[in-house]
Amino acid sequence: MPHHDDDMRQVVDLIIDNVNQLKNTQGLKAPAQLDSATALFGGDGFLDSMALVTLVVAVEQAIEEKFGTNVSLADPGAMSQEHSPYRTIGALADYALRRLRAA
Amino acid sequence: MDAPVTLITGTRIGIGRHLAEHYLRLGHRVVGCSRAPVDWTREGYNHYGTDVADEKGVKAMFSAIRRSYGRLDHLINNAGIASMNHSLLTPVSTVSAILATNAVGTFLLSREAAKLMKRKGYGRIVNFSSVAVPLKLAGEAAYVASKSAVVALTHVLAREFAEFGITVNCVGPGPLATNLIRSVPKQTIDRLLSLQAIPRMGTFDDVANTVDFFLRPESGFITGQTIYLGGV
Ligand SMILES: NC(=O)c1ccc[n+]([C@@H]2O[C@H](COP(=O)([O-])OP(=O)(O)OC[C@H]3O[C@@H](n4cnc5c(N)ncnc54)[C@H](OP(=O)(O)O)[C@@H]3O)[C@@H](O)[C@H]2O)c1
Repeated sequence: MPHHDDDMRQVVDLIIDNVNQLKNTQGLKAPAQLDSATALFGGDGFLDSMALVTLVVAVEQAIEEKFGTNVSLADPGAMSQEHSPYRTIGALADYALRRLRAA
Repeated sequence: MDAPVTLITGTRIGIGRHLAEHYLRLGHRVVGCSRAPVDWTREGYNHYGTDVADEKGVKAMFSAIRRSYGRLDHLINNAGIASMNHSLLTPVSTVSAILATNAVGTFLLSREAAKLMKRKGYGRIVNFSSVAVPLKLAGEAAYVASKSAVVALTHVLAREFAEFGITVNCVGPGPLATNLIRSVPKQTIDRLLSLQAIPRMGTFDDVANTVDFFLRPESGFITGQTIYLGGV
């Protein structure tokens, strides 16, 4: 695996791509500017719970296509906000990367 | 000493703790358990640090009950856990944990209790389901599956234990302000309440009243039943 920051950037980009796809195909309302600090779910997040499910599953599939590894991004703390890996794009990328490394 | 012996699982906090205090007030000798230690004590109350899904621990607790009291009159299978999550975001470890505590735990405790109750040819078992079962609550697939299993166990164990003089019934509360539902968003709770005939939160006393009814010696002809609260 390449350098960590590089991986992180790739996964962040992959998530942003998927948000943009959902914007185009499903009319998802998302901020124009997306980066790793953008809030996803809970608090100021722009996803409702159904959109969250759709995005997480899309990201799982995109990761499998890109890295050839089937990871599960399910998390028991999803709905309790403090430690949720779905807080921000960066948090989701970090979580995905940890899953990828553990696989 | 003739006071009934009542075993209640999950007495550290919530409904279980309330029921423990309720039956102590009614003069029962109460035995309780939870995974974490309790920060309260009462005269006549005995606590075990037992996980209801751990067969060895459960068997050891029943050995201790048999040694200390020589009998068991009532079992209240209250211990339960929940997780609010879409199934596509639910790890299988969460599903296993919920099924282990709610379904396997209820089975295990009922099996061991029946062995002890059988000696006297008398017993009352009360299980805990939830209105989430008849409401088919989206976002709680694992919890609803586990609480449906509890209803199924209630039906079958009622038949298997009838010849020992043991009744097996079940209470299904609606939302009630405890730790269990603290992370459920308010609008979800409000939507749930609106589906009840009587749209208010349940109280500890609503639950205790239902359990009282099942425990009464006069309720010996009532078995295999589930009562959902609030008119669901
Ligand atoms: N509150 C509601 O809205 C509601 C609605 C419908 C049904 N119910 C049912 O009512 C019952 C009681 O719920 P509650 O609201 O009082 O929940 P709670 O406040 O979260 O308390 C649960 C209790 O069960 C214990 N427990 C959990 N897992 C256990 C295990 N594996 N072994 C032993 N003890 C365990 C906990 O102690 P430890 O953590 O120390 O183990 C705690 O004392 C549950 O069966 C629940 O499904 C509740």
